[in-house]
Amino acid sequence: MPLNIIVAAKQVLDPEMPASAFKVDRDAKKIMPPQGIPPVVNGFDENAVEAALQLREIHEGKVTVLTMGAEFALDVIKKPLSMGADELILLQDPAFINTPDSFFTATVLAAAIKKIGEYDLIICGRQASDWDSSQVSLGIAEMLGLPVITLGRKIEVGDGKVLVQRVLTDGYEVMEASLPAVVTVSNEFGEPRYPTLRGIMQATRKMPTTWTSADLGVEIPAPQLELSDLFVPERDRQCEYIEGSDEAAIGRNLALKLREAKLI
Amino acid sequence: MPPVLIIGEVTPDGDAASITGELIAAARPLADGLGVELVAALPGTSSQRAAATAITLGADKAYAVEDPFLDDPSAFDAHVAAAQKLCQEIGPSIVLFGRTITGRDVAPRLAFRLGTCAANDCVEVKLDSDQRLAALRPVFGGSALAWVRCLGDVAVVTVRAKAYEPLEADATRKGEVVNFSPGLGRDAVKSRLVERVKEDQTQGLRLEDARIVVSGGRGLGGPDPFVHLEEIAKLLGGAVGASRAACDAGWVPATLQVGLTGKTVTPDLYLTVGISGASQHMAGCAASKNIVSINKDGDANIFKEARFGAVGDWKNILPAFIEQLQELVK
Ligand SMILES: Cc1cc2nc3c(=O)[nH]c(=O)nc-3n(C[C@H](O)[C@H](O)[C@H](O)COP(=O)(O)OP(=O)(O)OC[C@H]3O[C@@H](n4cnc5c(N)ncnc54)[C@H](O)[C@@H]3O)c2cc1C
Ligand SMILES: Nc1ncnc2c1ncn2[C@@H]1O[C@H](COP(=O)(O)O)[C@@H](O)[C@H]1O
Repeated sequence: MPLNIIVAAKQVLDPEMPASAFKVDRDAKKIMPPQGIPPVVNGFDENAVEAALQLREIHEGKVTVLTMGAEFALDVIKKPLSMGADELILLQDPAFINTPDSFFTATVLAAAIKKIGEYDLIICGRQASDWDSSQVSLGIAEMLGLPVITLGRKIEVGDGKVLVQRVLTDGYEVMEASLPAVVTVSNEFGEPRYPTLRGIMQATRKMPTTWTSADLGVEIPAPQLELSDLFVPERDRQCEYIEGSDEAAIGRNLALKLREAKLI
Repeated sequence: MPPVLIIGEVTPDGDAASITGELIAAARPLADGLGVELVAALPGTSSQRAAATAITLGADKAYAVEDPFLDDPSAFDAHVAAAQKLCQEIGPSIVLFGRTITGRDVAPRLAFRLGTCAANDCVEVKLDSDQRLAALRPVFGGSALAWVRCLGDVAVVTVRAKAYEPLEADATRKGEVVNFSPGLGRDAVKSRLVERVKEDQTQGLRLEDARIVVSGGRGLGGPDPFVHLEEIAKLLGGAVGASRAACDAGWVPATLQVGLTGKTVTPDLYLTVGISGASQHMAGCAASKNIVSINKDGDANIFKEARFGAVGDWKNILPAFIEQLQELVK
């Protein structure tokens, strides 16, 4: 049975930007976009795209990528297409600002999924690396009345069911649910593939579909979570650098220092 | 008056799990500030004793929420349905969960059913001047902190483990223990646990419990150098951890990962080798009493949080360090 898979992927500021580039405008309650460091597709969402592509290789079908935002860097957000996804739908509207209010985000994504209509599996990342909310996927599942299994590191589909290996702190557990279902994936799923040159060429030609809030007919819900302050925590530790005539001496002196400080 | 509700947890032995006391400690000032009751719920198959403990830890009233479907921490569907029924019964204005295996899936789902969303992984909660709940959350992998205000009719929050110290237990405290059976049916459950596999073969000391943790990162360059870290851990009676980069590369099992999406450790000594100190890594170890780092880049972020730093190539530093350690602990 061919599978209709929807992947929800978010464009985020590069979470691995150097700490020195990370700056907050406290008055505007915003992270200042770092100069010269482009945004990226949320890492776990690339894992989600990878999971969808692997399932398509086995079952055939279609992988549709859904992303919501007010503005996009097209070359960035097209990456799932160059990895091999079939279609990209941009939910783009000035009202679709990036907020920690997951109720709002889940409402818009659920409306778009309803509009797509046909789906067997919705795959999300475990969390978006900007607000680290880790709940939009759960919201989509609740709003659509679907089963949800989180923290997947392996996904199998068969007999109208999905089997997911969930990451636990000391191993994993296997959970099963009937399709259609929502699954979230973690980095333990494995590295997402690199786009091939052919993939990149194809993605350049493919134009995303764009839906506004009017296209979705979605009513913007009352705000549930409001950001009231955003700041960088103070780090006041003073590091004492261990000295020595060469690196071996530094090593020895470090051990002696740990003893002196009664840490060992 | 709508009460403040905390959803505690019950251990397999029927005791109140430590998060229960932490949540009560977080919620007590909220309930007092609002002038309402603090209600604790203990979902499980047999949670009378845990409910009684919740009273001694500061709850005004405790619900032993018992149902055969609540037999497992991963029975999320059942836990959501039970919490929903309890909320219908008592109509809380604030619901606190722990950011635990159960809480991270259950709290947001309950929130969405109540028409709102959760404030997740909070390290502090308080009432704003207008009596709304405000919660402090690390965001952007811990690079920033955000105060978020819950504007819905109900505020649902997950509180990070160990963010609050339980209040001192007082066996003389009085409070009502109520039996509540949500009467869950099969229809409440949409996903099923098939099997659970323990992969962590660590003998003895768990990473989370170790007083000394020695963690390695991408700077080690491969799996083999981890034997040096194991040697140090053995000498000092500690455990070995790793950055996500080292885990993702397959050098060590994913169960060793320390950080935002890995384990949280709070040892007396956290020794890192070849770890840059990305905020997402620090999220799992910043509460360590002493961070000590070996890194060849003196500007690495890890030194901003370290008490002692050794700048240089671990290949030259570690052998001499280990030799000296051996002498010291002899
Ligand atoms: C949403 C999200 C969640 C994440 N969760 C986690 C998490 O839970 N845990 C985690 O660890 N990471 C996590 N990360 C990844 C994190 O951002 C970093 O990529 C990761 O921590 C880097 O690991 P590292 O320090 O080992 O590698 P690098 O950042 O590459 O650092 C390697 C360091 O080794 C030093 N080095 C190199 N060679 C030597 C040598 N010969 N001797 C001495 N030093 C040397 C270098 O100077 C460098 O500082 C997460 C990322 C995201 C986006
Ligand atoms: N704006 C968005 N557009 C598309 N997908 C999103 C968006 N926000 C969140 N998601 C999905 O929901 C997951 C969890 O996000 P969050 O709950 O914000 O941490 C992400 O990994 C994505 O799969």
